[in-house]
Amino acid sequence: MSATNQAESGQATPIAMAAMTPTSQAVANEPRIAIKNLDFYYGTHKALKGINLNLADKQVTGMIGPSGCGKSTLLRVLNRMYDLYPGQRATGEAMLDGQNIIAPGLDLNRLRSKIGMVFQKPTPFPMSIYNNIAFGVKLHEKLTKSQMDERVEWSLTRAALWGEVKDRLNAPAGGMSGGQQQRLCIARTIAVRPEVILFDEPTSALDPISTLKIEELIDELKSEFTIAIVTHNMQQAARCADQVAFFYLGELVEVGSATQMFTAPREKRTQEYITGRFG
Amino acid sequence: MSTTTTASLPIQKSHKIAESLSKRRARVNLIAKSLCFLATGIAVVLLLAILGTLLYLGGSGIHWSVFTNITKPPGSGGGLLNAIVGSLIQTVLGVLIGTPVGLLVGTFLAEYARTSWLGNVVRFVSDVLLSAPSILIGLFIYQLLVAPFGGFSGVAGVAALAVIVIPIVVRTTEDMLTLIPTALREAAVALGAPKWKAIVLICYRAALNGIATGVLLAIARVAGETAPLLFTSLGNLNWSTALNEPMSSLPVTIYQYAGSPFEDWVQLAWVGALLITFGVLFINILARVVLRQRG
Repeated sequence: MSATNQAESGQATPIAMAAMTPTSQAVANEPRIAIKNLDFYYGTHKALKGINLNLADKQVTGMIGPSGCGKSTLLRVLNRMYDLYPGQRATGEAMLDGQNIIAPGLDLNRLRSKIGMVFQKPTPFPMSIYNNIAFGVKLHEKLTKSQMDERVEWSLTRAALWGEVKDRLNAPAGGMSGGQQQRLCIARTIAVRPEVILFDEPTSALDPISTLKIEELIDELKSEFTIAIVTHNMQQAARCADQVAFFYLGELVEVGSATQMFTAPREKRTQEYITGRFG
Repeated sequence: MSTTTTASLPIQKSHKIAESLSKRRARVNLIAKSLCFLATGIAVVLLLAILGTLLYLGGSGIHWSVFTNITKPPGSGGGLLNAIVGSLIQTVLGVLIGTPVGLLVGTFLAEYARTSWLGNVVRFVSDVLLSAPSILIGLFIYQLLVAPFGGFSGVAGVAALAVIVIPIVVRTTEDMLTLIPTALREAAVALGAPKWKAIVLICYRAALNGIATGVLLAIARVAGETAPLLFTSLGNLNWSTALNEPMSSLPVTIYQYAGSPFEDWVQLAWVGALLITFGVLFINILARVVLRQRG
């Protein structure tokens, strides 16, 4: 990672150029998720401190910051993944459709059908490509065989994978390449038709070509979904995100449009991080 | 050598050291390698000797009458039919009862109680049970199911074998589930799957090969158990499939026949040993083929 950061240092100009391409228009939509005064604890360690952030509807929010700054933790709060582990808790507010995500007693399975997540490493289930997608759908809907076929085709098409796998839907998913597996995981997530998709460093285990495909896909998907993406790659944040949030030591230091963040950051720490002076 | 300058001397020296070091490494490597081959050789030779003896002494006694006749007095052409059927009944029922219990306990340990106090206690008890002498398990079931009901029975034999199966399946199930990456569980949960569905539909599937291996190990183990059956199903010289009566089995028959002074009984004991060994081998191969085809 440090090698990448070194390569990035002193390259503020290309980042800024990328940020100003027409794909990253910074028109603020209605917030889909509104986070207010959110704190998070791993046992006694406070990992998130008073976060205030809006995820704008049908836009991409990029989250950047050095390792351990709390950006992945924030994603795991939004789909309540932390509930799997005793000793982790959140306080504050994260509103989705008028409901507080972190309120006790919430139906977590329903919440997770509304907020999907794609992980760092591809995690295909040990079953066929078709069943990988049907698995999530079956949890929430009762579809006939032909409806399910349609849904599988729709989600694989949306994930730019249909053409590559349409002849081997019954083949085990483990036999695909890493990039294909990650797109399958995206297809699996959108097949449930969530409102929000959380990407936790989705390309850090992939080669440059696969990375490019995933980034194009994210750009496509934001017409339908609200997206949050955690990334260590600043060019990626500049390319994909409309809004960028910089985290440092559990705090949200600064949030702004991608153009503003990469050309004229308000905070000194943001400036230092995006130019590769620490992190 | 007279032209050697003082500056090049240290380099030559270190070169020599490297050479001697590398020779030493090659020597140590050769010794370690030889020891590995030797140990493997001993193990393989012993195994082949056992299988060879079995084939030689047991194979010569294989005859249709072994499978069609029940055990009879010496010299009257008896077979092993009742022992074979008794062993099949007790092994199959013991595994069928022990496997689900072991599977659920293993799941509890791996998925729900990985670090809890109760989990640690259960894990410890299960491991103790795994290494407990099987004759103790026979005595335990004797006190529980034989003494109070006034007689040896197939049920008691099945119960004893099930108790042996449980800790084997617990250990392998827990180990195999623990090997599954957390990311896979989280991926299932992130789609909105309740925890039990993530376990049953994803984790079990991912761990299927390992769990099946555990069950096979358990089958192999109980198919050859003698001690726990001596106190429970006892053995039966007559034809009987009634679970509330004493039931014959191959290991107990081997135990009784092998030590007898009658040549034909000793021969049958060898045949019985051959049947158990190759029966277990056959089940192993069959399971591997089936699992490989399933992918």
